[in-house]
Amino acid sequence: MEYGLQKLVEEKVFKDPVHRYIHVRDQVIWDLVNSREFQRLRRIKQLGTSYLVFHGAEHSRFNHSLGVYEIIRRISDDIFHGRPEWDESERLVVLCAALLHDLGHGPFSHSFEKVFDVDHEDFTRQILMGDTEVNGILTKVAPDFPQKVADVIAKSYPNKQVVSLISSQIDADRMDYLQRDAYYTGVSYGHFDMERILRVMRPLGDQVVIKSSGMHAVEDYIMSRYQMYWQVYFHPVARSAEVILRKILQRAKELSDTGYEFAQPPTHFTRFFDRTFTLRDYLALDEGVLMTYFQLWTTERDPVLSDLSDRFVNRRLFQYIDFDPGRDYRKLGDLADLFRKAGIDPDYYLIDDSTSDLPYDFYRPGEEEERLPIHLLMPSGEIKELSRQSQIVDAISGKRRTDYKLYFPAELLIDGKKKAIKQQIIEMLREGGV
Amino acid sequence: MLQEHAKIVDFIAAAEGVTGRKKLQKMVYILKKLGEPFQEKYEFHIYGPYSEELTARIEELCDMGFMTEAKEDKGSYMQYKYAVTAEGLEFRAALGQQGFDPAQVAELNSRSSRFLELTATLLYFEQLPREEQVEKVHIVKGKLNFTEAEISEAFDFIGQLRDARLQ
Repeated sequence: MEYGLQKLVEEKVFKDPVHRYIHVRDQVIWDLVNSREFQRLRRIKQLGTSYLVFHGAEHSRFNHSLGVYEIIRRISDDIFHGRPEWDESERLVVLCAALLHDLGHGPFSHSFEKVFDVDHEDFTRQILMGDTEVNGILTKVAPDFPQKVADVIAKSYPNKQVVSLISSQIDADRMDYLQRDAYYTGVSYGHFDMERILRVMRPLGDQVVIKSSGMHAVEDYIMSRYQMYWQVYFHPVARSAEVILRKILQRAKELSDTGYEFAQPPTHFTRFFDRTFTLRDYLALDEGVLMTYFQLWTTERDPVLSDLSDRFVNRRLFQYIDFDPGRDYRKLGDLADLFRKAGIDPDYYLIDDSTSDLPYDFYRPGEEEERLPIHLLMPSGEIKELSRQSQIVDAISGKRRTDYKLYFPAELLIDGKKKAIKQQIIEMLREGGV
Repeated sequence: MLQEHAKIVDFIAAAEGVTGRKKLQKMVYILKKLGEPFQEKYEFHIYGPYSEELTARIEELCDMGFMTEAKEDKGSYMQYKYAVTAEGLEFRAALGQQGFDPAQVAELNSRSSRFLELTATLLYFEQLPREEQVEKVHIVKGKLNFTEAEISEAFDFIGQLRDARLQ
């Protein structure tokens, strides 16, 4: 029997707190789960630094990837099965793409990518197409199968229904992470009736639409998404940890660029510093490796690197205030000058952060063809964009509340050194002068 | 600090305003692919390379009063026009930004959003051999029915932009 059609003698079942059970019957899926590159996802947290705020948020990209796979399995095997608009031959490619869609994420992805100017989607493609166990498994299905899976994940696959299931404004990825992140953070937001949404999804033309009778379930999903963004993903304390993490990596890079001799040579980072890294170097990194370096760097000679590392490891995070850059950007420069006079490097200790720096987005109704919106299938057969039918969605879609914070180490301002200048800084911060 | 915001203001100022969200997205993407150090992350979406970060940053700049967004009802869709305010120009000057070649930005701005969508999509697949790039365009943009002449013009345009940057 063809490898792509082989089934396990006995179904494998993973216990899962979100979907209860995750079912695997396909030999290909089982082999992919057991591959080296997929197992690495166990060592990369789904929510990065959020565990420093929500202590339960230690779940990994491994859990999430299995969850996305399970949602897609249910859609393809139950909901879409037998529907003339759905091409059954796409089953395996969409299952593999669901399972592997986050394969290229690295440790603390968002900060790592910003500092080292890399893109996890490039690494996903490299893992799928390169000399890896995953590529070997996919190639056994068919020589062009790795490319097909890569195209689905890159959203350039010819069948847009398949792409929409994995990546759209109501896709399996979001449906899993909202519920999973809500479960592990312990917040009461993020819950919605996924069963209902799945039952009203329909393949139609080059997209997946929602029967209008399911509009209220989708409203609930959009509200969950909105609330999770503000309550969890944009949490100002988690952003403080992210700011420090980014600054640690920047400092290590800067020290390396200037020939600093590390007491603990940053072997795993060296080729990222000089941009000669390979896929193998990238796959050798995980959050355990990074945390080990941060722990070692707490005793580095460089005071900035050791202090920032200590802050991250021991959760001595920066304090923050709201600020309005439109009004106060000039004062920000004055404040930076005062920091310098106080002997505190503003490049590392006075950091502005806005929500546009974060990798999460709100529902957008797709004006001017920016992004494909959620479409409702009306009883008449017409297709209508969700926010034009739902007042609730209209009220929140595309109306993003921006949020700016200024982060700084509060305790350094009251350590008794250079008192007069620090008092000036404190007054500026208190007055909301920035 | 706020340098990324200032860079966007600088770009819109150099363009003397941009009409159309899609056009704005594709212009920034093309410049980024040509080497401008825009930090906004792009992903491929149904209409080509798209950056949610750029959309959010533009919203923030409007919110800060450095840019204006004017809406025009085109019947079946809304069109958006972006321009830099006097405060935005001051912001740009204060942050020491003024790095774009106005002629190159004007050249991009003079092109239609359809043409820029084609150019951006070709650039997105530039790691592929030319024939495969074209094949990809036909697959992902099948409905737009780009002609061989348009595709050829887009390749020439990319070449001209690259040559201009080398001079």
